[in-house]
This record gives sequence, C-alpha cells and structure tokens, in this order.
Amino acid sequence: MAAYHRPRSLGEALTALAAPHVVLAGGTDFYPARVGRAIDEDVLDIGGIAALRGITEDAAGWRLGATTTWSELIEADLPPLFDGLKQAAREVGGRQIQNVGTIAGNLCNASPAADGVPCLLALDAAAEIAGPTARRLPLGDFVTGARQTALQPGELLAAIHVPRPARPARSGFLKLGARRYLVISIAMAAAVVEFERDRVAAARVAVGACSPVARRLPALEAALIGSGRKQLAARVDAAQLAPLSPIDDVRGSAAYRRDAVVVLLRRLLEGLAS
Amino acid sequence: MKVGFTLNGKAVAWQGAPITRLAAALRDDLGSTGTKIGCDAGDCGACTVLLDGRQTCACLVAMGQIEGRTIETVEGLANGAAALQASFLAHGAAQCGICTPGMLMAAAELLRRNSKPCRGEVEEALGGVLCRCTGYAKIVDAVMNVAAAPPRAPTTGAAVGARLVRVDGLPKVTGREAFGADAVPADALWIRVVRSPHARARFALGDLAPLRQRLAAVLTAADVPFNGYGIYPDIKDQPVLADGVVRYRGEAVVALVGDRRAVLSIRDEDVPIAWLPETPVMGIAAATADGALLVQADKPGNLLLEGGVRRGKVAEAFAAAAAVTEGVFETAFVEHAYIEPEAGWAVRVGDRLEIHASTQTPYMDRDEVASIMRLRPEAVRIVPTACGGGFGGKLDLSVQPLLALAAWALGRPVAFVYTRPESMAASTKRHPSRIAAKFGCDAAGKLLACEVTASFDTGAYASWGPTVANRVPVHAMGPYHVPNVATWGEAFFTNGPPAGAFRGFGVPQAAIAHEAMMDALADKLGIDRLEFRHLNALRAGDSTATGQTLAHSAGLAQCLDALRPHWRKAHQEVAAFNRSGGAKRRGVGIGCMWYGIGNTSMSNPSRMRIGLSPAGTLTLYSGAVDIGQGSNTILSQIAADALGLPVGRIALVAGDTDLTLDAGKTSASRQTFVSGKAAERAAADLRRQILRLANAGTDAALSLDGAVLAVRDGGEVRTIDLAQAGPLIGDGSFDPPTTPLDADGQGIPYATYAFAAQIATVEVDLELGTVKVLRVVAAHDVGRAINPALVEGQIEGGIAQGLGLALMEEYLPGRTENLHDYLIPTVGDVPEIECILIEDREPLGPSGAKGVGEPGLVPTAPAILGAVQHATGVRATRLPLLPHRLREAIVAAEITP
Ligand SMILES: Cc1cc2nc3c(=O)[nH]c(=O)nc-3n(C[C@H](O)[C@H](O)[C@H](O)COP(=O)(O)OP(=O)(O)OC[C@H]3O[C@@H](n4cnc5c(N)ncnc54)[C@H](O)[C@@H]3O)c2cc1C
Ligand code: FES
Ligand code: FES
Repeated sequence: MAAYHRPRSLGEALTALAAPHVVLAGGTDFYPARVGRAIDEDVLDIGGIAALRGITEDAAGWRLGATTTWSELIEADLPPLFDGLKQAAREVGGRQIQNVGTIAGNLCNASPAADGVPCLLALDAAAEIAGPTARRLPLGDFVTGARQTALQPGELLAAIHVPRPARPARSGFLKLGARRYLVISIAMAAAVVEFERDRVAAARVAVGACSPVARRLPALEAALIGSGRKQLAARVDAAQLAPLSPIDDVRGSAAYRRDAVVVLLRRLLEGLAS
Repeated sequence: MKVGFTLNGKAVAWQGAPITRLAAALRDDLGSTGTKIGCDAGDCGACTVLLDGRQTCACLVAMGQIEGRTIETVEGLANGAAALQASFLAHGAAQCGICTPGMLMAAAELLRRNSKPCRGEVEEALGGVLCRCTGYAKIVDAVMNVAAAPPRAPTTGAAVGARLVRVDGLPKVTGREAFGADAVPADALWIRVVRSPHARARFALGDLAPLRQRLAAVLTAADVPFNGYGIYPDIKDQPVLADGVVRYRGEAVVALVGDRRAVLSIRDEDVPIAWLPETPVMGIAAATADGALLVQADKPGNLLLEGGVRRGKVAEAFAAAAAVTEGVFETAFVEHAYIEPEAGWAVRVGDRLEIHASTQTPYMDRDEVASIMRLRPEAVRIVPTACGGGFGGKLDLSVQPLLALAAWALGRPVAFVYTRPESMAASTKRHPSRIAAKFGCDAAGKLLACEVTASFDTGAYASWGPTVANRVPVHAMGPYHVPNVATWGEAFFTNGPPAGAFRGFGVPQAAIAHEAMMDALADKLGIDRLEFRHLNALRAGDSTATGQTLAHSAGLAQCLDALRPHWRKAHQEVAAFNRSGGAKRRGVGIGCMWYGIGNTSMSNPSRMRIGLSPAGTLTLYSGAVDIGQGSNTILSQIAADALGLPVGRIALVAGDTDLTLDAGKTSASRQTFVSGKAAERAAADLRRQILRLANAGTDAALSLDGAVLAVRDGGEVRTIDLAQAGPLIGDGSFDPPTTPLDADGQGIPYATYAFAAQIATVEVDLELGTVKVLRVVAAHDVGRAINPALVEGQIEGGIAQGLGLALMEEYLPGRTENLHDYLIPTVGDVPEIECILIEDREPLGPSGAKGVGEPGLVPTAPAILGAVQHATGVRATRLPLLPHRLREAIVAAEITP
C-alpha cells in the first residue's frame, strides 16, 4: 500500500521528501484529479506542520504560511493592501473549498486560471521554498508555466511573503465567470496602487487566465504612474496587453478575453479610485 | 492507519488507508450514507459535512487529516437542527432529496453564526451546493424562515388543492433515504467499465486471461445473450458492450467485476484494447453531408426518422401575409446533471434477477433487461431505489444490464455506481438542434402561416430520438392558432453521445425558434409582444394544426392576462433603469408554450390499485416512480379524496414491479394526469365496494378506526369490520384517448395540453456580454393544482434548467465531462421567481389536473433571450448564449453603452 506521511515538523517533511511524494494540503486540487480510481501515490500531508501555518507580520511585511486557507485569509485582520486577495478568496469555489483550500496549493497547482496568482503578483509576493537549501523566489519566477513551478524534487513551498509597500496602498480584484459561484475564471485582473498626495506613485497590475501563467502588465503600470485618482481607468489601453496570449477554450474565445480584460482593468482601477 | 475523531458527538475509531476520502469512509465504513457523493471532486457539494464546525466537502478530505477533529453529518442534525429539517419539509425544499443533506449542513453552519440571515447571506452560504431539481427558491425560503409554521394537514376530502407536505419527505431530510448507491450489500462485488476514449473507432480485445485471473469476471460483448437495447420495440440498436466498433466517446467496452479496490486499481491502460480510431461524424451538417460516413451501417443518410404536420395552403398564405419573418436557431448537447449519478445493485434469487437501481421507468427496465438476458419479463424484478433526479436521463438503461449479467453469472450481489465523468460521458443528452422557422401574419397581427424544419442530432443510438422527432412537429408552431402549417422533424445519427429524453423532448428547442418569430412579427407590426401572443393564443374551441379541436382547458390567454400587469410594470422599471445609461442594460422578454401530456399518439396506460387490509391498513400500490417531482404525494392526495379518507392514512408501495402494476414511465409530464386518473379510479372503485357493503349512498362519509370502517350516510352509521370483510381492493386504469397521426400529421396526438407563459427581466453587461436574470414571473395553466407547493417546485426547477439551457450549458464530449467545466446554475444564478397558477380544468384529468413536469422549463429560455434582445437588440441564434458569444454579437451590431 502507498505511504502516507503526516509529519509534525518541517524537518521531518523534508526528510520524507528525499523520496518522491505528492504533497497534500487542502486536497481541493489533489482529489478532483483522482476521481474513480484507486490512489496509489506516496503522499506527504503537510497539514500537521505548525511552521507552515498562520499569518505573521513584521517590519518587512507579511508571511502567509503555506497551509493558510482562503477562509483564514478572509477572516484575518489585514490592511487594505490585501483587499484584492481577500476578494479573490471569497470567489474561490464555494465556502467548502475556501475552508480547506490553501493559497500555497493554488500556486503550486499552477493552473492558468488560479485566482491567487494575479493577486500575489500584484502584491509583489515572493515564495519561501523549503528544501535541502532554503531559497526565496519572486512569485513571477516561482510559477513557470501552466501546471509548472520552480519547485525541485525535495522542495516544498513553505510560505508566501508580501512586502510592506512604501506608501499607503489600495488593492482590488475582479473575476469574470459564466456563473455566480463555483466558477473558473474566464479572465481576472488584480491591481495594487500606491498613492502619494493623490497621485499614483507605484502600481502593479496582473491579469490571469489569459496566458499560461498570470502576467503583470508593465506598460500599464508605467502609464499609471503620476495619474490622479479620476484618470486611472482612462490610462488603460489595449496595447498594454502585449504580455498576454489568450486562447480559445470552452469558456471563451481569445478575442473575447482580450476585449474583456480591458473592461475588467478599467473597472478595477475605477473601483480603486473611489 | 487508525484514526480517532468525533462523529456526530460520538468518539469513533476508524481503521483504513489514510488517503481514503472522508466521504467514502463515512458511507462505506461508518454507515453514514446520509452524506451523498455526486462528483467526488468538490463540484456539487452533496457531500458537505461540518469539519470542526465549518462546511467542507467530505470528498476532498483525507481520513489521515481528521485525527482528533469533529465531524458532523446530516445524521447528527436531529440533535440540534431539527427545526431546519422541519423547515425544509414544510417549504418543499427537498424534491429528489439527493442535495438535501449537503444543503442542510451548509445551512446549519450559517444558522449557527447567524440565526436571521438575509437572502444574500443564504446564497453565499449555499453557493457551493448544487441542486438540479428545485431552482433553489424553496431552499432559500426554508433557510430564511426556519421558524415558519408548517402547513396544516388537510381535512378529509380536502387533500386535493392542499399544500400537503411531501408524503415521502421525512427520510430526505434525515439522510435515511436510500438512493441507488446507499444500500449496497456489504458482500457485493463491484463493476467498473472501461469506456471508449474515441468518438468513433474499431477495436480488438487482446488477451484478457491475466485480468480474468485477478478478478471475478471480465465481461465483453461475447458475454451478452442479446446485445442490443433501445426504447422502441423495433430499434434495439445500442449494444450493452461494444462489439469491435464504438460509435461515441464513453461507450462501454469491457466490464471489470471484482472486489471494489481491485476493479478501481486497474487502469484503462491495463486492459488490452487495440484501438483504430476513425474520423468521427460530429454534428448535423457532417451527418447529412454528401458521402458522409455512416454511423450505423444500416441507416442510409444517417437518418433515424422524419415526419411532419401539414395543414392548409402554406405558400399562398405566406404570399398574402403582411409581415413575414425567418430565423435559424441552434442548440447544443445539454446534460441532465442530476446530482445522483446512475447507481444500483443486483442479486440473483434462484432463477430470478432482482435489480435495485435509480430509475424513472421500472417496467421498461424489467422488459429490457429480460430481453438482454433472454429471460421472461416475470423473471426480472425491478425495485426502484430513491431516485436522485432524472429529468429524462434515467429513462434509458444505464447500470441495469451489466448488473444483471454479472449477478446472474456470479450468483453474488453486484454493485455499479457511475463516477461523475462516466455519468456525463455515457448517458443520454438533450438533442442538439438546428431549427429553421418562418412565420407570417396579416396586418392585424393574426398568424397566417408557419413553416418549421427541426433537425436533431440524435447521437450514436436511437434512444428517444423518434419521440423527439415526432413530438416537435406537433408543437413547433407554438401555442397559437395558425391556419396554414408545414412543420417537419428529422433526426440524424452522429458520433455524439446518444441524445435521449430530457424534459420537453425537443419542445424547448422548438420554442426558442417560434418565440423568436413571435417577437419579430410583433416588432414589425409595432404590436406589444404580449398582446401579439394574446391575439393568437389557442383557446378552447380552436382547432390545432393536427386538426384536433381543443374542447376544454386551453388557458394560455388566461396566463397572459395574469402576466399583463407584471409585464407592464417590468417595462416601466426597465425603461427607468436604462435611462441612467452605463454599461448595464435591462430588458424584459416573454415566452409561451404548450405541451401535450403523455405519449404522442401512442397508448400509455397506467394502472393503480388501492387496498384496505383486514388490519385496516390503507395502501396505494403505485407503479409510478417519484423522481422528486412529487407523484407519491399527488397520487395519495387524489386517491384520498376519491375514496373519502384522510390522506394521512395512505401507506404507499411504489415502483416495485413485483408489488405494483405498470403505471408507465415517469416522463412526458404524464404521472399526474394519467396515473392520477388511474389512482382516482382505483380509489373510486374501492369506495364503491365499501358503499355497496354498507348499502350506503354515494355521499356517505367514511372514517377508519383500526380495522373498523365506519360509513355515515345521512344520520345513519354502519360499520364494516375489515377483519371479516377485508381485504378490499380497488383497481383503476386510464389510457389517455389519442388517435394515430396520418401522413400529414393529422389526428389527435394528445388528450390534453398544458399551457404556460413566462416573463423574464434580465440585466446585460454590454461590455462583458454577461447576463443576469433578475426576475421571472411564470403563469402556468395546470388544469388543477393538486398540490400548489409541488407545482411551484416543478416550475421553479424548470426555470433554473431553462436558464442553464439559455445561458451556460453545453456538453462537449471530452471537454465538459465534469461539473467543473459543465456549468449548471448555482443558487446565485437563479432569479427571484413568482408563480401564478391558472386552473382551467381538464375534464379528463383527475380533479381537472393536467401536468407540469416539463412545461416549467419550456418558456424560460425564450423569455430570457427575448429579454436580452430587448436590452441589447441582439437576438441569440446559437445557444448557450455564453458571455463571449453575446459580446461578439454586440460588437458586430455596433451597440455601445
Ligand atoms: C469546486 C472547486 C472550485 C474551485 N474554484 C477555484 C477558483 O474559483 N479559483 C481558483 O483559483 N481555484 C479554484 N479551485 C482550485 C483549488 O481549490 C485551489 O487551487 C486551492 O487553493 C488549492 O489548494 P489546496 O490546499 O486544496 O491544494 P491541494 O489539492 O492540496 O494541492 C494542490 C497541488 O499543489 C501541491 N501542493 C500543495 N501545497 C504545496 C506546498 N506547500 N508545497 C508544494 N506543493 C504543494 C499539491 O501536491 C498539488 O499538486 C477550485 C477547486 C474546486 C474543487
Ligand atoms: S461529492 Fe463532494 S462535492 Fe460532489
Ligand atoms: S432536490 Fe436538490 S438535487 Fe434534487
């Protein structure tokens, strides 16, 4: 019979990972990929590891432990910087999914439609990787492709770090789906905007489900610098979408996605202005 | 591994593989089958339990994760949430009941935090549990009004018309109801089927001997005594197991039978099958192209069936018309998506087979299984389990033939439960359609002529294709008086999944076309869309396109009258909203329908019995299966009043082919009308016998006290001691009077028709192409509402399915084979619904009742699409109207906010 480890410490987990294991966190991606068949992989359940749990804060920013669930995030006392991520959390699946699904699982599963990725890109987050040698990667380098991450054998994602922005920041998230609940995004957009005397001093904007991995939009970010609150939405231009490469699929056409993203971005930025 | 946890307040020690899903452990090892499995993938929420007080999908939790934690399931609710369960019962929030345990748990979590939630909070809390039956309206009401008093039990003689609580409701809210997968014997062997990954291929089986050594049996086509089945006696075209050729993706090829773990651990790749894929014939255009490959070798042109209705002089009438309009409309494969996948178990008892399975049609199952097994029908007993939703999809065989084969051969109980992807790939679908319609009217708006050609993709096998192709030409002109008619229905084989019966048998697709035509003609003449329909509505005394005179009960005009104030008000509100500009635009639309109750020009009798035992037990023996729509309750209400005893006295024996008589299938909205009439007659027969015994007059009042039946006639009371006089059995049957249709489709296809009209208000996001349905008002002529709460439940559930058909549902083989990618409406998608019941009595029906099972769905999509057009100017011609399709049409039409 296949092995099942549920270690109490990170050390034990890493020892177990010397041999190949599938990591199990909230199981909301793990089990749906295994319908109607016996599960015979060796499994490492990381739910019992205290060091991977909880949200902590220090001068540099916040650390979201890998097994932080969407619900824990929604309920956590966090500044407006996290509003976008919280909005995304409220729209991941239904309550059942939010109660057990983890943010790190969302990143490691690396679906092009993962709602957490654009938010965390906009938050300029970094991945804390535990393994034979601990390392940290900017999120953009951690998720490397559709269903691909930079994790090497023997490694796991220990936490996500969100740096404290230099100025007061606001953030938001907009998701487009074909029904109200339990829906995979056709496209989604996330933004963090830092203001100084009512002018944009820094902006980070990312779009998901329109490329193998969610992408930041540097041209739009640059265009937003210096903008007053009222003009944010007007600075969105289709030409800024160059990093995206949307495809036709059952949820929508490529052309539609391009068109819809402009609308989402305008509305998102409009929302941040008010 | 040993896992200790608390289950419903009790410490439990469980032993097993820690990766086992909590849902499986609860059901298979801990006897808590109240937790249901609809997908094993987090998509349906049927398995929702509370884990440390929070709602969680038990199918996504590993047993290894719950050491020391607390689990609450529906079985534990009685200790605290009894009021919630009572509220579900009282509000009629459980129809089939398969989603009910999950709904209850999700609601219980909410109510602990917030005893007075608002609608939005309820929707948020229930957003992760899908219900395919109710349209959620009564569920939301039940959660918001837990304290509401239950409806009072009706007095004797007043059961018909009462909002009687469903007679079979209690087990649905306690989790004790046994669905197809719930009462499998512990020693059962299990079946797993290897299905075709190709839509069209030849194949050769390799050496199966090694597999046969590991398993109890490996079944192939060679093991099936008669390897063909199908709905029609003369079309047995679908093999139980494919024989060298597969015609759709998902077709059954090899059945593995053995210990459950053993069959699950064998991967498809481990079964030696050499595939030779061929280019599949997909869609009507491909099937009808010159030189198209044949799907079935003996079906030239891939044609299954064609036929039509002709009346009057169509060409002349069009030439004389003041306004003519045309359009072509296309719909996709639509999946039933009942939350209970096909499931059941079987056992051989001597020289007989006993099959316990989820079904809509026990007698057809019995005869078909007998034919496949080459047994006499009497050698097969079908015991329907509770059915977790059917909608037409459980009229075809699914698990039954392989269960029969394996149980017969192995002499042990055998179980078979489809996985969700298997259910979606293997089962029948709604027929994709291409409907070309042309309608014309005179200058006053009176319809003169219509010409409709409805082409259907019937998939790989006939299934109910002929029923669809026959029914549609009769209905395709809509519920209107049209003097000159040429309608045509045709169905073609393709390498898609078999298209079968799905709520409405093609009529919903046809309604999308004829209602678009009504809107277009009304607009051309500048007549209000509702008034245009009112002007043309079929009324009692009119004759239909098949030459049938509607003597009674044609209540479309009354429906429209009832909707008129709502329609006007909605128009005013929408206009006010749109004046403020912006990217959101609102619109109002209307859809009408008619629907012939029962089979088309075919006998479809029902026979019922009701008995009084010597002990004084009153039992209704009903072969009709209640698949959630409420026939158990309706039939009891009808029988109670016809007999003259309180409905609460009636015990029910339902469905079992050994204990009941053939009531026909639960389809075509026929059980209330046909079986209801049979139940009324059976009860009346029993009453006659009682009155004769008591020598009493027809107005005598009955009462039952133990085994003593008292008959009060005027001032006189006579008693009958049933211990001596019993058993007394009343027998009744009914077969609606119809006649065959001639070559021009002339005749009496149905004994009666339901009529309905619905209006929908929508909000369209012009920039994103998304549509939110805000409100639906539905007026239905049901003849007589035997139980208004159940009627509303059917309408609300139908509207939710109609909304899905219009806006989101599209089954694509290999791409939307799960409830993640195939979207059905959630609680947040279904609008506020107001039902208006019109009761234009049908003299043939029991207490004047007709049927409502399918009609709820038919007008919804047309109303929504009309509303979208009102809002945007865009008329959808291809369904579902996904956001990208609508947005592309808006861009093409250069419509801007
Ligand atoms: C019904 C339903 C609806 C959903 N809706 C959405 C949605 O709207 N938006 C969305 O983005 N997602 C959605 N999801 C997907 C899923 O819920 C999320 O991706 C979730 O956050 C995954 O977290 P988990 O803890 O459950 O992951 P798991 O299933 O436990 O793991 C996911 C993958 O990541 C790996 N993994 C997990 N944690 C680690 C780690 N710390 N280190 C290394 N590898 C790890 C696992 O091996 C596995 O491959 C939905 C899922 C379901 C079932
Ligand atoms: S069975 Fe668990 S969500 Fe469907
Ligand atoms: S009652 Fe909800 S699925 Fe049947």
